[in-house]
Amino acid sequence: MTTIALLLITGLGLGALYFLIAAGLSLIWGLMRVLNFAHGAFFTVAAYAGWSASGLAGGASPEVQWLLALAVAVLAGGAFATLTEVLLIRPLYTRHVGQVLVTVGLALATISLVQGGFGSDPKRLALPAWMTGTIAIAGANIPTTRLVVIAFALAVFALLIFFLRRTRFGLIVRAGVENRAMVQALGIDVQRAFTLVFAIGGAAAGLAGMLAGTYYGTIDPGRGTSMLIFAFIVVIIGGLGSVTGSAVAAIVVGVLQQFLNFYGAAGVGDFSVVLLLAVVLLVRPGGFSGSST
Amino acid sequence: MSAPATLLAVRDLNVYLAESHILQGVSFDVVAGGITGLLGRNGVGKTTTLRGILGLVPRTGSVTLEGAETTKLPTHEIVRRGVAYVPEDRDVFAGLTVEENLRLAERAGAPHRYDLVYELFPELQQRAAQKAGTLSGGQQQMVALARALLNGDNRILLIDEPTKGLAPLVVRHVVDALRRAAEIATILLVEQNLSVAHSLVRNVIVLDQGRVSFTGEVDHLMGDPALARRHLGLATAGSH
Repeated sequence: MTTIALLLITGLGLGALYFLIAAGLSLIWGLMRVLNFAHGAFFTVAAYAGWSASGLAGGASPEVQWLLALAVAVLAGGAFATLTEVLLIRPLYTRHVGQVLVTVGLALATISLVQGGFGSDPKRLALPAWMTGTIAIAGANIPTTRLVVIAFALAVFALLIFFLRRTRFGLIVRAGVENRAMVQALGIDVQRAFTLVFAIGGAAAGLAGMLAGTYYGTIDPGRGTSMLIFAFIVVIIGGLGSVTGSAVAAIVVGVLQQFLNFYGAAGVGDFSVVLLLAVVLLVRPGGFSGSST
Repeated sequence: MSAPATLLAVRDLNVYLAESHILQGVSFDVVAGGITGLLGRNGVGKTTTLRGILGLVPRTGSVTLEGAETTKLPTHEIVRRGVAYVPEDRDVFAGLTVEENLRLAERAGAPHRYDLVYELFPELQQRAAQKAGTLSGGQQQMVALARALLNGDNRILLIDEPTKGLAPLVVRHVVDALRRAAEIATILLVEQNLSVAHSLVRNVIVLDQGRVSFTGEVDHLMGDPALARRHLGLATAGSH
């Protein structure tokens, strides 16, 4: 029972990280039809920006350092994503091959630059003392960081749903996911929605970058890329353009991965996720949800 | 008596889609007031003309609205200058409610004619919370027309086959709504149902293979069997 509780909550924590990356990816694809391979770069740059800010505030308490790192990561992810949309994606909206090339190129260049600047070794993140302990749930000692990551993902999910369902921009995004041309034909500048969605997606990826550092205790240049692969799987399983679908798929993928990696041979969990993707594509090609929220 | 003012002028409009030259130098004027029909057989470029006016397809040539060039503007700017669009397939947002579909069409700074919309289509008020994707074809057409009528500063409505696929009773309802709409805005109407077109429009522009083949009064066209046969492929003319 204790093992199951531990695996379940650890899997939910991993799923929470996948969700934070996948939600932005899903909205960007749904609204703009842009396959953003640079999303992992937003995650990585934000994580290093947060870690650097935490280092600069070395004299402050670990709580302040961690919160500062988190805020800087969110801002850095959002700013990097906004610049990417404005400078690189906008001139290529109708050229899908160009978008793939430029986002792959940006991802590779960014990771190399981060490696060149900070080295390949993992960097330890300063965490508040209360976060380094465990909490007993159903007899299992659950690392507090897992619960922190889950709590942040739940908050982001609630905020995204509020944004999509209760604001005019959210209405534009939901309509744009269905039919972008008709949104323009109603006199709406869909370009502004593109930039906003990219910024939100980048900020969420930035938050994921810092929370992944919290979850694993360290940051490194390659984690964004490796998590991006699973985030893409989550987006497809959840249904392109659906935040709720991404949330459900992220939980399924994270939990499945944890359980099968523990009970099966090494790598079985990762393989099973790819298998799940294949099954979903065969049985339900639109993913868990076809809706826009 | 002075000639009616030109509201929309299209000059030498050319549209290429893939390898096809869809519109080949289309030119015509739409005068202010009433309904002007854009007719022609299937596939001659009527829908593409509307989409070209709105900038929804890449095009060359010139489109002016009350003398102001709109060709270089993005679609949303053209629409904000008072051009509303009701597409052939209605294109309501299926995942949004009726109320959300209408709210999305609201333009800042424009008076919103909810009274008129709900007077013409009371069903929409009753179904405000219903997802538009679950409505019947006729109800979806009401949503599409309501979106175009909502903003009080719209000067011209581009309406593409509003009666397509609708039951006769619903067609009558839509025709009544179009008559009412024509009292408050100019309409450029694409309509395959010639009896509907004949009952609504005053002037017509006929397209044939991407070119304008006829412009003039609808009674002149429909009243001359030879002319109607040549331009519209009708076996008989003058149907109502």
